[in-house]
Amino acid sequence: MKNNNVIFYAAILIFGVLAPFMLPAFKVQLSILCILIVLALTWNIQGGEMGYNSFGNILFYGLGMYLCASVQVGMFFPLAEWTESGGEKTFLHTPTQFFQGMAFGLLVAAIVPTIVAGLIGYAILGLRGHYFAICTLGLGVAAGEISGGIEIIGAGQGFTTPPFPDVGNLESRGQFFYFLSFIVLVLTFVTVKSVYSTRFRLILNAIRDNEDKAEAMGIQTMKYKIIGWMISAFFCGLAGGIMGGLVGYIDSTDVAFDGREMGVFMVLMAILGGKGTLWGPIIGATLFHLFKEGFWTYFLGWQYVALGVLIVVIVIYFPEGLMGWLREKYPERFGEVVDEADRKAQVELK
Amino acid sequence: MDLLIFQVPILMVQASLDGILLGILFALIAYGMALQWGVMNIINIAQGDLVILGGYITYFMYLSGIHPALGVIVAPAIMYFVGVGLYKLVINKVVDRDLFISILATFGISILFMQLMNFAFGADVVLANSEFGTTMLFNNSVTLPNSKLFSALISIIFAIGLVVYMKKSKLGRAIRATAQNARAAKILGVDTEKVYAATFGINAALCGVAGALVAITFTIHPYMGLPYTIRSFMIVIIAGLGNLPGVAVSGMGLGVFEEFADYILGTEFRIGSVFLLLVLILVYRRFKLSKKREYLK
Repeated sequence: MKNNNVIFYAAILIFGVLAPFMLPAFKVQLSILCILIVLALTWNIQGGEMGYNSFGNILFYGLGMYLCASVQVGMFFPLAEWTESGGEKTFLHTPTQFFQGMAFGLLVAAIVPTIVAGLIGYAILGLRGHYFAICTLGLGVAAGEISGGIEIIGAGQGFTTPPFPDVGNLESRGQFFYFLSFIVLVLTFVTVKSVYSTRFRLILNAIRDNEDKAEAMGIQTMKYKIIGWMISAFFCGLAGGIMGGLVGYIDSTDVAFDGREMGVFMVLMAILGGKGTLWGPIIGATLFHLFKEGFWTYFLGWQYVALGVLIVVIVIYFPEGLMGWLREKYPERFGEVVDEADRKAQVELK
Repeated sequence: MDLLIFQVPILMVQASLDGILLGILFALIAYGMALQWGVMNIINIAQGDLVILGGYITYFMYLSGIHPALGVIVAPAIMYFVGVGLYKLVINKVVDRDLFISILATFGISILFMQLMNFAFGADVVLANSEFGTTMLFNNSVTLPNSKLFSALISIIFAIGLVVYMKKSKLGRAIRATAQNARAAKILGVDTEKVYAATFGINAALCGVAGALVAITFTIHPYMGLPYTIRSFMIVIIAGLGNLPGVAVSGMGLGVFEEFADYILGTEFRIGSVFLLLVLILVYRRFKLSKKREYLK
């Protein structure tokens, strides 16, 4: 079993490394897929394992996006003049400046949202159930509306991120962003997996199943909820920073704090694959990305109609997702002990 | 930061007056929200989109030459059936489930409605001009569009009418009984499925009235729904479920808050401040409740 696992992970890793060379036309799509998986995996920490359905993780994503781009520009040029000049490039980053800026930008984009999550966590995570869901929804939209009014980061007209410098050949921009997002994906997966293999996951599940009882058992639930949210914020911030560079343009409500797209996507992907499992969000994100690309390409204009219908159908008919469905069908594969007599009795009842 | 309002105090009168009239309209939408929340235990994120849809019905009456004020009768009549249809299609499957499922499912409906309205009516900001004129108060320093007075008046009439209907009619009694205990009501012969459909229809009709008034007094746009949902949700939380005078007062309070935020922070932060207020209120509520240490259900 152990050996099989090693081979499996090695195969995925090798595929991940070779993918941009094997499928050069899909580099951008693959990078976006990596980002989507990161978002779904981190949403699952709240929504799946902890039972706190957050619409607000988009806050950290957007924050990371703005911070990364701002640091990247602000380190070398006056930020206000950059945003004012809009698309016209009066300033040009040299390759060293670009990569230095990107490195520091991503550092800031990861750390600041984590701190923000820690600061607001105590206030927000005390809310339960639907109050938490609506509160985080409000948080995400408020962040979008407010950042859309701040002059220095481009207000309503948007913020152009620094263009990729002239190094290597035509392929290097795509390869750079692909490997960046792939590394973040691997980091996220390793972190989430190792965290899930400890007592932490059990505590999160206890909070989901009955928070009052968990507290009565002596678990400091608030501490673990905040830690979980900080882990999410860290990777959401990183993902946002990379996505900003990849898209090349940041708009407050359409790219960064896009509750109608990314904000819903991460919830939907996790539910589609099966929340509360490690592989569910990954499978869900992959399937969703395929669906989305198909629809966005061939039925442009109808994408939100399809998205709305998809949300309704998934939520009503498949709230347990793909993994939940598989688990019901093949419980043995998931390590659940099934009593044959019990199963027969159920069949007879039907 | 624009501090004009502190230099010209008469603007405060203007802002308060606008806010109160606006707040009465919000309270009407919140009333529908409280109704469905109390009876069916669902939170409808598509509430604001129903409002906008009602607004578009009125706008089309205006385009075809009918006076938009008649929209307050036509829009709810159409919206009632939209609501019942929506219930039959989707909502009946989420009534007994977890609240989050209803939130997410109605969020999906909201996205669907936004895009469909965008297709059908275009992405322009439109309004239905009622040509009611303007009243000048206080030596011409406060302007008061008559359409706002009209909207407040109609909202009050519909709210009072609904309260009376809920108290006196048979369906109203059935709805109240279902809200108190759905199972007991079922045992005593109330067709709860019908009651739920009617409740959702009435809610949609209220949204239709509100939408007609929004189209007359303000502007409508396919994507403007979510702020109305959030406002009505906020009003219901502040007032508490089943507290109708509270809904009216907190609605007006929210309207005044918004107008002042508009003057002090600038129009670009208006919607942002509403959403931020929601977060602050929820957080305040959480700390207040945690002090009491009550058992929360």
